[in-house]
Amino acid sequence: MVSPILQLHNINKSFGHVQANKNINLTINKGTIHGIIGENGAGKSTLMSIVYGLYQADSGTIKVNEKEIKLKSPKDSIEHGIGMVHQHFMLVENFTVLENIVLGFEGEVIFGKKLEKAKTDLNNLCKTYSLNVDLNSIISDLSVGFRQRVEILKSLYRGAEVFILDEPTGVLTPQEVDELFKILRSLKEEGKTIVLITHKLNEIMDLTSEVSVMRQGEVVGHTKTDHTNREKLAEMMVGRSVLLRINKSKTQRGDVAFKVENLTVKDDLDVTRVKNVSLEIHAGEILGLAGVTGNGQTELLEALSGIRKVESGEIFLNGKKISDSVEHLNPRELKEKGLAHIPEDRQRMGLVNDFKAYENLIFGYHDQEPYSKSSIMKEHKILDYSKKLMEEYDVRPRSPHLMTSNFSGGNQQKLILSRELNESPKILLVGQPTRGVDIGAIEFIHQRLIDMRDKGAAILLVSVELEEVLSLSDRIVVMFDGKIVGERINKDVSDRELGLLMAGVA
Amino acid sequence: MEFLSDIASLTNSTLRISTPLVFAAMAGIFAERSGVIDFSLEGKMLMAAFVAAVGSYFFGNPWVGLLMAIVVCVSLSMLHGFASVTHKGDQVVSCVAINILIIGLTTALAAAWFGQAGLTPTLTDDQRFLEITLPFTDALREIPIIGLIYSDILSGHYIFVYLAYLSVPIVYWIVFKTSFGLRVRAVGENPSAVDTAGINVFAMRYKALAINGVLIAFAGAHLSTAVNANFFREMSAGRGYLALAAMIFGKWHPKTALIACLLFGFTDALQIRLQGVELPTIGTIPVQLIQAVPYILTVVLLAGFVGKAIAPRAIGQPYIKER
Repeated sequence: MVSPILQLHNINKSFGHVQANKNINLTINKGTIHGIIGENGAGKSTLMSIVYGLYQADSGTIKVNEKEIKLKSPKDSIEHGIGMVHQHFMLVENFTVLENIVLGFEGEVIFGKKLEKAKTDLNNLCKTYSLNVDLNSIISDLSVGFRQRVEILKSLYRGAEVFILDEPTGVLTPQEVDELFKILRSLKEEGKTIVLITHKLNEIMDLTSEVSVMRQGEVVGHTKTDHTNREKLAEMMVGRSVLLRINKSKTQRGDVAFKVENLTVKDDLDVTRVKNVSLEIHAGEILGLAGVTGNGQTELLEALSGIRKVESGEIFLNGKKISDSVEHLNPRELKEKGLAHIPEDRQRMGLVNDFKAYENLIFGYHDQEPYSKSSIMKEHKILDYSKKLMEEYDVRPRSPHLMTSNFSGGNQQKLILSRELNESPKILLVGQPTRGVDIGAIEFIHQRLIDMRDKGAAILLVSVELEEVLSLSDRIVVMFDGKIVGERINKDVSDRELGLLMAGVA
Repeated sequence: MEFLSDIASLTNSTLRISTPLVFAAMAGIFAERSGVIDFSLEGKMLMAAFVAAVGSYFFGNPWVGLLMAIVVCVSLSMLHGFASVTHKGDQVVSCVAINILIIGLTTALAAAWFGQAGLTPTLTDDQRFLEITLPFTDALREIPIIGLIYSDILSGHYIFVYLAYLSVPIVYWIVFKTSFGLRVRAVGENPSAVDTAGINVFAMRYKALAINGVLIAFAGAHLSTAVNANFFREMSAGRGYLALAAMIFGKWHPKTALIACLLFGFTDALQIRLQGVELPTIGTIPVQLIQAVPYILTVVLLAGFVGKAIAPRAIGQPYIKER
């Protein structure tokens, strides 16, 4: 017998002029795993924040177990059995697991008996769902996978019947994803309901029994997962048909264009993050660098692009030494030598958010002819150039005067791409090119990178999205704890094998 | 024996001089652990001193003065909260505004009410707190060591001195052993975690600020109705800032903050003791240099050690729920 546990009727929510949710109707059945899929900015997270009581809907009704409820704060939703695991974990990092879980539900003014009881209850829950979490660990000592389990345990302890998980796999290794899915299935077996928000088609196909698709703030489709496939879902998400597999010809591999020897790099806190790394990238090839976030990829990219000092080791460009511990070329000098860098964090390093699009597009060339003469910038020239770039890279909307922060993630990334690729660099360092970018733009960006490779550029692709690394790279290296722990030719490697390398166990 | 009594009197004055610092540091711990910077300890201490002195004078009872100081300081903390928690203003700016307001306000009000810019009338013994002599002080004085500690160091302080040192374990207990303390600490580290647990972030910060107001009122009352018998202009003399430094040096922890306060108190006691004293080979040290010692120490300690102190993660950031 199927009965609805959560029903949403005509939910609307606006932020200023942006309508994030439009007339949403959604029914979640008890004991199911229900997927909600949509691109970034489709309004999935906003909708779920409304269900969790973090935001208040402008209009519409919410029913739990067919009874209408009012949600003024998360307190109300928790009382009605709704739990949420946020994309960014809601944990206090210097607290213990126990402290994080009882926060707000201490049940006593002075810690004592109730805290002891909570410990027993939590240990029992851990056993039932094989969560394996030590209650006395400090959160900052736990891996991301375990932090997520703490979040699940927290919802369980607070009596959740419906679990909302917002993009739960974004930061996990493939093995951690398997573990998570096991936990979710065991929750379902115990009669709990799970709402899985994601933009990853595989997850929907693997785990859910029903799926709703969101696009531009609206629910554009509902279906049983058995009755659909990846292509159909992708089409519904984007509103047009999408190429999921990239068209890639065989590589025309040239000479070594970029070489790193025994590189060691420290971060701002003087911790060694890159340990004795050696790499070679040939012209006309994409070298994928896989790894879980925070294993030294950021510092490596920064050192290679001349932003960060090299502790020891050497970097060669076309056989000539460009950097070692004594001196290194700055990003500008590297650019003149044909090296371009698309930074990992586009908001912080790639763009100035409070500048207009054309100002960001001219950055780095702003003092060169014909865009500038005797230190005075030539505005028409710059605008003409910007329009041309925006046309060529399909940046929408095509208005050079628009503030950069008003472009979507995908279009911001296209701005950077157009600026960096326009000069046809010989070496291209790319960090997380499609983080927070919608499917349509991903397709475009991937195609551009392949085009660059075919033109003979040597490309280093750093990404935490394994799928991306697998679909673009010719060769893959895996980084763990600052070291390169494995190198594979793309043809003969499985994501399982890479996952083990990424987790540092192979 | 003279050496021992020197030590005793130095310890005695260290305890007394550290008192307002301890209250202020404990007050600061509450505000800052909840994520609200409190630079206005200085201003609030000054205001408390003024209100306590005025209240005690008009009502003839120092307890009434203290109570009024508490009410006014809690109100000032709420004002700081209104600007920086509710309206998400810059916390430092709000504090600076409060500090400047109070320097002017106390001087102006004193002039309007008593005809003397920045001075309140001298309080009689009935109108102020007096030193408390502990029982058996005289009887125990003759016992070596114990007598010295009990009669010469512990006895004969104002009530605030005892309250200040009593407040440290209480603050520790509240912050680390109660659910309220857990929530205060959580709201200063990750307010989103508190919000998603169904607790009102703003209410938590206001509660922490209210306690902050109560504690800082004691520091001010100690200055104008106990150690002194009136209020005078800028009598807090940077103690609020010094307490803030002690709190940071003590890593936002009551126990280590207490040690830092005592250290500052000790250097101050020492400088008073050293004034005019001829030291062998060095001669007389200029008063100005000696007086600067506590401040130099602050700078050195903060520059040298505070690098390792980790502030509450969300400090200084107004909590914004919707994007």
